[in-house]
Amino acid sequence: MTVVDASAATGKAAAAISRKPQRSTISDGSTRKSRTVRYILLLLFLLFVLTPVYVVLITSFKTSSDTTAAAQWSLPHTWTLEPWRKAWDVLQPYMVRSLSLAVPAAIIASLIGSANGFVLARWRFPGANLVFAFILFGMFIPYQAVMLPLRQTYQELDVTRGIPTLLITHVIYGIPICTLIFRNYYATVVPNEIIESARVDGAGLIQTYARIILPISISGFVVTLIWQFTSVWNDFLFALFLTQQNNGPVTLGLAALAGGQKVDYAASMAGALITSFPTLLVYILLGRWFIGGLMAGALKG
Amino acid sequence: MHGRIRTWGPGALVLLPTVLLLGYFVYGLIGSTFNTSLTNKHNARPVPTKHVGFENYVNLFGEDRFLNSLKNLGVLTVAFIVGTLIFGVLWALLLEKGVTGEGIFRSIFLFPMAVSMIASGVVWGWLLNPSQGDDARGLNRLFDLLHLNFLENPWWTAGSRWTTMASIALPAVWQLSGYIMALFLAGFRGIPGELREAARVDGASEFKLYRYVLFPQLSPIALSALIILGHMSLKLFDLIYAITGPNQFRTEVPSVYMWNTLLRSDMAKAAGIAIVLLAVVAVLVIPYVAYTVRQETEE
Repeated sequence: MTVVDASAATGKAAAAISRKPQRSTISDGSTRKSRTVRYILLLLFLLFVLTPVYVVLITSFKTSSDTTAAAQWSLPHTWTLEPWRKAWDVLQPYMVRSLSLAVPAAIIASLIGSANGFVLARWRFPGANLVFAFILFGMFIPYQAVMLPLRQTYQELDVTRGIPTLLITHVIYGIPICTLIFRNYYATVVPNEIIESARVDGAGLIQTYARIILPISISGFVVTLIWQFTSVWNDFLFALFLTQQNNGPVTLGLAALAGGQKVDYAASMAGALITSFPTLLVYILLGRWFIGGLMAGALKG
Repeated sequence: MHGRIRTWGPGALVLLPTVLLLGYFVYGLIGSTFNTSLTNKHNARPVPTKHVGFENYVNLFGEDRFLNSLKNLGVLTVAFIVGTLIFGVLWALLLEKGVTGEGIFRSIFLFPMAVSMIASGVVWGWLLNPSQGDDARGLNRLFDLLHLNFLENPWWTAGSRWTTMASIALPAVWQLSGYIMALFLAGFRGIPGELREAARVDGASEFKLYRYVLFPQLSPIALSALIILGHMSLKLFDLIYAITGPNQFRTEVPSVYMWNTLLRSDMAKAAGIAIVLLAVVAVLVIPYVAYTVRQETEE
């Protein structure tokens, strides 16, 4: 499996997971004992994954006198929403900025990626593979290798660093992954005959794309939108480097809330939950597509 | 010729903006970073700089702090990859044959992936509190409550490089094991059922079935997983920033060291660190990209 197959045409991978296991008619090779062991192990791992969740939740409802070492793992004596209110007061402007950043960044990068992907998959030209490699490598570069001159570029252009510059940045560095996802999507989902017959009928590239391709691209878009939204929302490095505390996105807000000299643990935990809420919502509502996005996109850190 | 241009011209035109953008923002800026790394721009003063060749690189590789950050990165990467693969593959194996409530297990194992490393770092920083004994907090307190006191440890704050970096890797393992599980689960489900049947008819034991029939089929997935995890680990920054703060020698990796260098406005040195980081990533990724593109062409 290559990078390209790993992304396995988005939904295809997710579908493969959701597929029912192929039970053998002879025996599935497991005894009752081994099945019991399997469930016990699974439950133990579930505990490992959920322990941090328990801690965040209970802590976020505690009064500050309740977060002593001794009481850390017990339920709150008195439940309070105060930490949530406190965290929300700090984070609210950051949340608004992150939304106004992540939504357009995801849409624009997806649109460009879709057009690129279509050309690379179905409207090939001499040297297309070279261009493909050129774009593909862009997906892997560490941001550290570009962020210094990037900041300088914005400085020379005399733009104030903030959400708009961050948005442009995320669109540009999001194009490679979106292109890859759509390229694989179109290579596997769109039958060649459709394109060919459109060509025979004299449809040009734009017509073919607009009339035939876009309408069948919805599931591709769902995946790139989820992927881009999540990675832009969760980005910290570019945010730290290209914005300031007072005009930055939500990861900066959370880092500020949870850092500093006197850490309010309850408010930090509530803040971690508040800032995770949009991506978790996407995960819960669009879980199946989220997996597809992960399969396609976790390549880009 | 005119006809050919008419067929492929529009396609090339669509890609042109992307090629120009990436040409500048990826390849051009990398060139610019490299160029800076060859200068003596070591402070914020706007004095003219001059090229000093590879002096910055020579200095970096002769510097204990940088070598320390590279060693930390190596250990972190090994701990992270091994840990994530063990958990991910194990979970996939456990779920692979189908269990009741599979969807629930899958969703729960996978959800940490949706959380930002900053948020996860805030939580894990709290869990990995180094205090022990009566004052124990976080996981140490939990171990205390469960009478598992022997598990209590100072996490990233004391001890060897291995315990330090493994403590940093733990939250990353927590976040990404689910992803590896999903990858392998898709792999297992993609293997035709006939293959298993045939092996069982031939009398292969469960162990042999996996060892000789199923796992070899998944080696391409394993390779992908390795590249993905390795490349994520090299760039890891947020988690360390959130758990230990950026200014900790013990947990410093090149990406964090670069940040600390930038705070001192030592542009040339920071650029040098960035280029070393890029070089390590490129060694990992370029063969992979080349292989991928070649395979695509053959199809």
